[in-house]
Amino acid sequence: MLAESWGNMDALLREYLAILIFLGVATGLSVVFVIASLIAGRQRPDSEKLSAYECGFEAFGDARRRFDVRFYLVAILFIIFDLEVAFLFPWAVTLGDIGMFGFWSMVVFLGVLTIGFIYEWRKGALEWE
Amino acid sequence: MSEFLIGYGLPAATIVAQVLLIVVPLLVAVAFLTYAERKVIAAIQLRKGPNVVGPFGLLQPFADGLKLLIKETVIPSGANRVVFLAAPILTFLLSLVAWAVIPFDYGLVLADINVGILYLFAISSLGVYGIIMAGWSSNSKYAFLGALRSAAQMVSYEVSIGFVIITVLLCVGSLNLTDIVMAQKNVWFFIPLFPMFVIFFVSALAETNRSPFDLPEGESELVAGYFVEYSSMSFALFFLGEYSAMILMSAMTSILFLGGWLPPFDIAPFNWIPGPIWFAFKIALCLFVFLWVRATLPRYRYDQLMRLGWKVFLPFSLLWVVVTAGVLMATGWIPRA
Amino acid sequence: MIQAIIFYLFAGVMVASAAMVISARNPVHSVLFLILAFFNAAGLFVLMGAEFLAMILVVVYVGAVAVLFLFVVMMLDINFAELRQGFLRYLPIGAMVGLVLLAELVLIAGAWAFSPDVSSTVTVPIPDPGTVTNTHALGRILYTDYIYAFQAAGLVLLVAMVGAIVLALRERAGVRRQNIAAQIARSRAESVQVVKVQPRQGV
Repeated sequence: MLAESWGNMDALLREYLAILIFLGVATGLSVVFVIASLIAGRQRPDSEKLSAYECGFEAFGDARRRFDVRFYLVAILFIIFDLEVAFLFPWAVTLGDIGMFGFWSMVVFLGVLTIGFIYEWRKGALEWE
Repeated sequence: MSEFLIGYGLPAATIVAQVLLIVVPLLVAVAFLTYAERKVIAAIQLRKGPNVVGPFGLLQPFADGLKLLIKETVIPSGANRVVFLAAPILTFLLSLVAWAVIPFDYGLVLADINVGILYLFAISSLGVYGIIMAGWSSNSKYAFLGALRSAAQMVSYEVSIGFVIITVLLCVGSLNLTDIVMAQKNVWFFIPLFPMFVIFFVSALAETNRSPFDLPEGESELVAGYFVEYSSMSFALFFLGEYSAMILMSAMTSILFLGGWLPPFDIAPFNWIPGPIWFAFKIALCLFVFLWVRATLPRYRYDQLMRLGWKVFLPFSLLWVVVTAGVLMATGWIPRA
Repeated sequence: MIQAIIFYLFAGVMVASAAMVISARNPVHSVLFLILAFFNAAGLFVLMGAEFLAMILVVVYVGAVAVLFLFVVMMLDINFAELRQGFLRYLPIGAMVGLVLLAELVLIAGAWAFSPDVSSTVTVPIPDPGTVTNTHALGRILYTDYIYAFQAAGLVLLVAMVGAIVLALRERAGVRRQNIAAQIARSRAESVQVVKVQPRQGV
């Protein structure tokens, strides 16, 4: 009934409505789980129980501290390659329509990024110790 | 008013029913996956595994679940309460929501969206949030280290998963999951794209933080990694999320490479068995390999893990994308809209 | 009608979370609200039928860019109390920059002219989503008709890659790395030695 009264575009939205409802049900379910456990379990906190685990020591210092810059580098390189993948998606599905020109267009694009990849390899940005 | 109810209420109620029809069997499957894991590993190590609760220990997972439910929820004093509680919920939520687009048979899918595989890719790239949030909000060094490692690891293997998906899409010409399965009517993709199949499966192991890539939780060095501080149901949600992510990755492997619900040969005894059963069978097969790998292989070292992701899988899968596209163009097999 | 309700829901949550991004005290909460805003933006894209863009928004911005943001705010260990102290001192300059930007935006918005047939084109997506999915529609023109923009994007990514390495890569001295080729290339002859040990003499 819904699909009939809505148009072409709305048939598309109907599928997403299902996802939205799924999201709602799943959220409800997981929140219910946590709350049920809060009610069902006996809550008797004390200060030792609530301290952070540190192999029996008193925790020293804050856990949130500076980190090796390599982790940021990995995150940045990931963004770049993720964008590359994002560009590849429409290309992969339409390659049959755009023909040889589209194919070589992408090969050049990937070639440029391969230069960057070789550069980072040579620089040792992919080394981990 | 009644028109409104029939027009909107009824479809909404059907969708909710369909959602529950997916979620409930999924949760049962997760429960039995934990049981199967213990049994399989026990068998490999010549032990018996759980065999006390119920016949053959079959009720063990439910006993475990019930136990976790009535445990105390400990929130560490240094933790950021809201984020701390949101992290397991998010992990669990994401592993469930992805199932909305999985086709179980031809036309048997809750949300048949045009960009199905992209949706799965997006959801799996979000998995990293539950872990970072958990590690950061616990304010514990082990949790934080585990989260950091895990985030860098998932991110590294995400890229090669992306390239593998691209090679499959080249052979299909559509992002719709049903189209992807139907394109394998003649030959399942794991035959022509075998190297990509291997890369995808190994990356799936890394993406779900499974052994031999289970460094984020590495018991012997990080205690339990990002969920050291979790207890009770919030721990259980991480656990459920992780296992249902495993099932999801197996389902993705089946859809992309093993022909989804299609029987191996479209002839007599094989095509009597309904599609969903074939699909479940393939998922079970992948899951068994997950467990088998865990019982067999030692853990990777972190530098080896990063090397494998960035220096082996990434260049190789990128090259394979170009080679596949070139071959398809040269032979004219490329699908046209 | 449902569409309208969902639109206002997404739009409302998006504006609210955008406001929270700049007003939350904890920077990590700001980033989390930013992610929420991205999600709602993706929802709005879907409502317009732009499913591909919605998914790419989630994959790229939420799945990658915001992860980097979170890394930075969680782990850079910035003392935010210290940062706030300079707030009043830099307020005049900050306000001036803001005003200049605002003036520019107003000028641009004022000079903007809509073509008379715009109302008919914006309401209908081109091409019709019923016949061509928007991934295909995008793919058909992006790599051929817009090849220069596409290749420029490639160059921008290259610059970003090189820039990231130049800025963030630090060589650390005294690190022993695994050389897998060397490990595999070892032969038995050069690594194992059979020694006949006499009693009470040792090796």
